Amino acid sequence: MTVALKATPLNTVHREMGARMVDFGGWDMPLHYGSQLEEHHRVRRDCGMFDVSHMLVIDVRGGDSRALLSYLLANNVDRLQRPGKALYSCLLNPAGGVRDDLIVYFLGQDWFRLVVNAATAEEDYAWLTAQRDLRAPGVTLAARRDLAIVAVQGPHARARVGQALPESAAVAGGLAYFSAICVGNTMLARTGYTGEDGFEILLPAAEAVALWLRLRELGVAAAGLAARDTLRLEAGMNLYGQDMDESTTPFETGLAWTVDLQAARDFDGKSALQNARPLRHALGLVSIDRGVMRRHQKVTTAHGDGEITSGGFGPTLARSLALARVPLAVKPGDEVEAEGRGRGLRARVVRPPFVRHGKVLITI
Amino acid sequence: MTTPANLKYTKSHEWVKQEADGTVTVGITHHAQEMLGDLVFVETPAVGRRLKQGEQCAVAESVKAAGDVYAPLSGEVIAANAELADTPEKINADAYTAWMYRLKPDDPGELAGLLDAAAYQAIAKAEKH
Repeated sequence: MTVALKATPLNTVHREMGARMVDFGGWDMPLHYGSQLEEHHRVRRDCGMFDVSHMLVIDVRGGDSRALLSYLLANNVDRLQRPGKALYSCLLNPAGGVRDDLIVYFLGQDWFRLVVNAATAEEDYAWLTAQRDLRAPGVTLAARRDLAIVAVQGPHARARVGQALPESAAVAGGLAYFSAICVGNTMLARTGYTGEDGFEILLPAAEAVALWLRLRELGVAAAGLAARDTLRLEAGMNLYGQDMDESTTPFETGLAWTVDLQAARDFDGKSALQNARPLRHALGLVSIDRGVMRRHQKVTTAHGDGEITSGGFGPTLARSLALARVPLAVKPGDEVEAEGRGRGLRARVVRPPFVRHGKVLITI
Repeated sequence: MTTPANLKYTKSHEWVKQEADGTVTVGITHHAQEMLGDLVFVETPAVGRRLKQGEQCAVAESVKAAGDVYAPLSGEVIAANAELADTPEKINADAYTAWMYRLKPDDPGELAGLLDAAAYQAIAKAEKH
């Protein structure tokens, strides 16, 4: 028996462009279009575009939507006062474990928009629906599978989007980081998952192909999930399901800054986090020796063992890098050893991000 | 890309070229580099090392995975392609010219046990589907 993979509105275009397609959480997605290294460099140095329509957009509307999200999200939606502002947050379980990470946009009076991971989308939606029924029955939830998402990232991304969507970009020109604006049916958000400037564009599925082809004509390189992974890793960003999951609290995965324990409000997972005494924290590793650190490898430190949660080769660093969960006593500057293939690989502990806006931020 | 008919192959995706002087040159196949994706490190065996047929002796590491390279024949390593240390992408560009190492086989008769192009192509094709 074969299970049919889900396809984004750009699926045919990816295939026509010769992409190597993979099953990514049940979606038929482009891994690369020839060379993931080249795609990575294009994003750091110029501009690349990603089809991320597999992520789910959920609109939350109604008078109680703020109160509902205030209880469900670990970060505080009360930080979103001006329409267009965005916030990164975890969705926690009662034990303080991470159900998912997401971006919430405040789009207008009684209107919030969530963008959640593809692999967790169905569970998230079911969970939100159950919580809505329980706590705020007047709130409406809409899974927006009618929208596509194209991320345009890189130092020249804003200029290219300006050329591709002149009427929207005129409005979005002065958009601050981590903000969004809706122009007609299209939302432009100055967010991303690469450590570079750029936009994530949410638009009607029927318009996705035209936008993609227009960007391509303007010289924007198509980039696949493989480049997306090396870019986010260099940017020190977590990948859900890999760097954290339901058994991990935000404190153990470098996301303490996204948890608001100060405000009086209660939220799902709060009491568990207040009582949490994490023994490990997440830091970055950069290899000293030649070789590539990989996920699940053991990390030997002077203070006990840790584990690599994401590892790989950083094309901008031209070295291997990793995110690792290590004992609390391990600090940036320490030298540790990742369990290699037959021999250990020496690595330096650093504080992520490794690369931002095309620049290497760490020294070995 | 076609599988050159003048080479021999292994199930573990090495190609073997018989040289006129009785030595053999070894590399990894086009199919192997395609499965690995962009290569970032290549580790070749030390010159002078004695290898047994099937012994793991080199590594081709890509952004996404590490591939072990095995000795197609028993013998002594007489040369290694030092160029690959700085330009592993040469294997991606043309797997059949970017050789990894040369061997002086102990028993040239072992060559007869390797796969020909058609047999290897069938294996590579089966893996793709």
